[in-house]
Amino acid sequence: MANQLPKVPVVIVGMGWAGGIIAAELTKAGVKVVGLERGKGRDTGDYYMSHDELRYSFRHEMMQDLSKETVTFRNNEKMRALPMRSYGSFIIGDGLGGSGSHWNGQNYRFLPYDFQIRSKTIERYGAKKIPEGMTIQDWGITYDELEPYFDKYEKMAGISGDPEQNPMVGKRSNPFPTPPMKKTPVMKMFEEAARKLGYHPYTIPSANLSEQYKNPDGIERAACQYCAFCDRYGCEYGAKADPVVTVIPVAQQTGNLEIRTFSNVTKILHDGVKASGVVYVNTLTGEEFEQPADVVILASYVFNNVRLLLHSKLGKPYDPSSGTGVVGRNYAYQVQSAKAVGFFDDKEFNLYMGAGALGSIFDDFNGDNFDHSNLNFIHGGGIRITQTGQRPIASNTVPKDTPKWGKAFKQASIKYANSTLVVGTQGSNMPWKHHYLDLDPTYKDAYGVPLIRLTYDFEDQDKQMAKFLGEKAGEVLKAMNPTKMEVNNTVNAYDIVPYQSTHNTGGVVMGADPATSAVNTYSQMWDAENVFVVGASSFPHNSGYNPTGTVGALAYRAAEGILKYIKQGGSLV
Amino acid sequence: MSNKDSNNPKHMSRRNFLKSSGIAIGGAVLGGAAMSGLWLGKKPAQQQHPAEQKAADYNQALMFFNQEQFFITEAAVERIFPKDELGPGAKEIGVAIYIDHQLAGPWGINAKDYMMGPFFKGEATQGSQTQLRRADIFTLGLKGLKDYSQKKYSKSFQDLAENEQDDVLKVFEKGEEFSLPGISTKTFFNLLYSLTLEGLYSDPLYGGNKDMMGWELKKYPGNQMSYLDLIEKDGFIHMKPKSLRDHLNH
Repeated sequence: MANQLPKVPVVIVGMGWAGGIIAAELTKAGVKVVGLERGKGRDTGDYYMSHDELRYSFRHEMMQDLSKETVTFRNNEKMRALPMRSYGSFIIGDGLGGSGSHWNGQNYRFLPYDFQIRSKTIERYGAKKIPEGMTIQDWGITYDELEPYFDKYEKMAGISGDPEQNPMVGKRSNPFPTPPMKKTPVMKMFEEAARKLGYHPYTIPSANLSEQYKNPDGIERAACQYCAFCDRYGCEYGAKADPVVTVIPVAQQTGNLEIRTFSNVTKILHDGVKASGVVYVNTLTGEEFEQPADVVILASYVFNNVRLLLHSKLGKPYDPSSGTGVVGRNYAYQVQSAKAVGFFDDKEFNLYMGAGALGSIFDDFNGDNFDHSNLNFIHGGGIRITQTGQRPIASNTVPKDTPKWGKAFKQASIKYANSTLVVGTQGSNMPWKHHYLDLDPTYKDAYGVPLIRLTYDFEDQDKQMAKFLGEKAGEVLKAMNPTKMEVNNTVNAYDIVPYQSTHNTGGVVMGADPATSAVNTYSQMWDAENVFVVGASSFPHNSGYNPTGTVGALAYRAAEGILKYIKQGGSLV
Repeated sequence: MSNKDSNNPKHMSRRNFLKSSGIAIGGAVLGGAAMSGLWLGKKPAQQQHPAEQKAADYNQALMFFNQEQFFITEAAVERIFPKDELGPGAKEIGVAIYIDHQLAGPWGINAKDYMMGPFFKGEATQGSQTQLRRADIFTLGLKGLKDYSQKKYSKSFQDLAENEQDDVLKVFEKGEEFSLPGISTKTFFNLLYSLTLEGLYSDPLYGGNKDMMGWELKKYPGNQMSYLDLIEKDGFIHMKPKSLRDHLNH
């Protein structure tokens, strides 16, 4: 029997970027909020020993404990889905700050094209351009409508970027709040090569913070030290924008936020029209609690936003055979395997230095910035070079013809330890009728709740796009004059074993039509007006960028919607 | 680190670094290292040993392997990363000690992996679906190396000539000729290989990367405080590496 708790105005499930932003905005407006976080509490004091590649990168110190909960996966419905038993293709954050504590800090806005992808594609190429089964849709909101929220999010995080407007991306109402990150010799080489080819490279917008910065909430943070331990690591300096050093302290200062860690939500309580609260388990003691609330906000990672809705039977589950229903629909990922690898026999670079968001990128082949008339794919991806800090266990790239082990491997891995540069691509990913999330019929988590099942594969669209982007990356690398180079641009079946990207999206997507979306553009559920589902789960497709900037903007918009809803009730659109 | 470096920005102690970097700004909501007071003004956690006195390394002992398993492991990792004109190999760098310690710990028993059943053989794209723990796979693999070497050469693996050891490892890497109970030799080989890289290059606190020799081979400086003043510089900068041990001594 669950312990009954007194009712609260708002309960938030998951205290990462989405939950933290909403908690800050609501509590500043005087609303009392309870934040439930299944993992532990954290602060910068936990990171003094964080320059530990084994512990953080290979033993996943900051990630969800898979022994308690994982996902199951199959490439298609003919296969039996099986659990991802240890980490591979993506990692899943855990604890206060969530993925916002271990991210790299590369921060973009999705393109104007992204938000109107279906209508813009049809407008330029005709309806035939969209292949059978590809379920792209407009988001129900335009870039221009979302721009003020991007602006607000970037000011909070202190995003560092080039002062001039980049011609390839959406128009900014204000320049970046802080100057761009420093430029390394490697970035200069890349930019020079890209410019020579007629492209428009720029400094990757960064949440690592280029200089000391005080944000509009009065939060002051120190500048990035380029220590090279960002992705999968917490920032001991508090330089990297992280909910724990930005929005969460602001919410806590109001006195209106109560955070409960080790609180794993297992169910949303509802009567089919409105939610009345959530059930959660204290993961340390096993005690179960029922927390009634006027408003329920799901702000956990993509997989659990979907899983909680399906398990609680809230919203219409997606049915892949008919294509109807919405919860679990339009799961998408990213295609990051296309890249060009260069070996420089006579040059050594300080690749052991870096920052999570240190690098340069160009968008000439991202979105619809280039003509797709004679190409058999839509969208594209960013082409970039990053200097995130090469660490020695992970970085043992050697030329393809080198044996995998033995003396020849040893010598090549040492020779090229500081002489290998990669021009990488971040390819977008479109949704398909037969890619979706549902509950696994067999496997359960530690609390008896079914695991989420992922049915997903790479399609021709991805293979053609990767081939194209890989070739372009190769041309840029070639202009950088490596001694030897290799282009990898072949995409096979999606394989959950090698790490690729933690940019999972969709499942509770937003839109203007309740038949094809689960939430409106305020992240409010069509089927339950007092439930808001926030995060990358609301992306109808995934773009050729890191998703966090867009998650942040949508979270600020959701916060505005929630405050409006608390005042007036009803559907916001 | 010794105090003689303390005026050199490359070798700042954490304490001086924070004092001079302007991180310690007031304000209760400031995140960052300076605010916790965990170590500012605290005594060193332990006394520094005088550098000239090399203390016994009490870490050099076994918590998982028996002697024979340890020697087979040492021989195998040395073939994966042999001593050569560039410097020490995996044996000297302490990789076998590292592997012993890892297999004895939570990672060796897959403590944070999903190990609930049912177990089915999946497609390659679905990842490992074995019930065996890493420590079991490794133990079976070592026994496989021993048995296969006896069968083929009538010798222990560690007594074979280097080229024979290489041939055995190649057979195990392929995973076709010889099988282990419930697992392919390829799975064992891949585990051996990834553990070797980890043992060469993880922080010395784990028992491998002895005296930071692995890092030195790659000119990797380990964990430094800050590269703020160096990040834009042309030309390679080769620094003396630092380990996490330095973070306890301020």
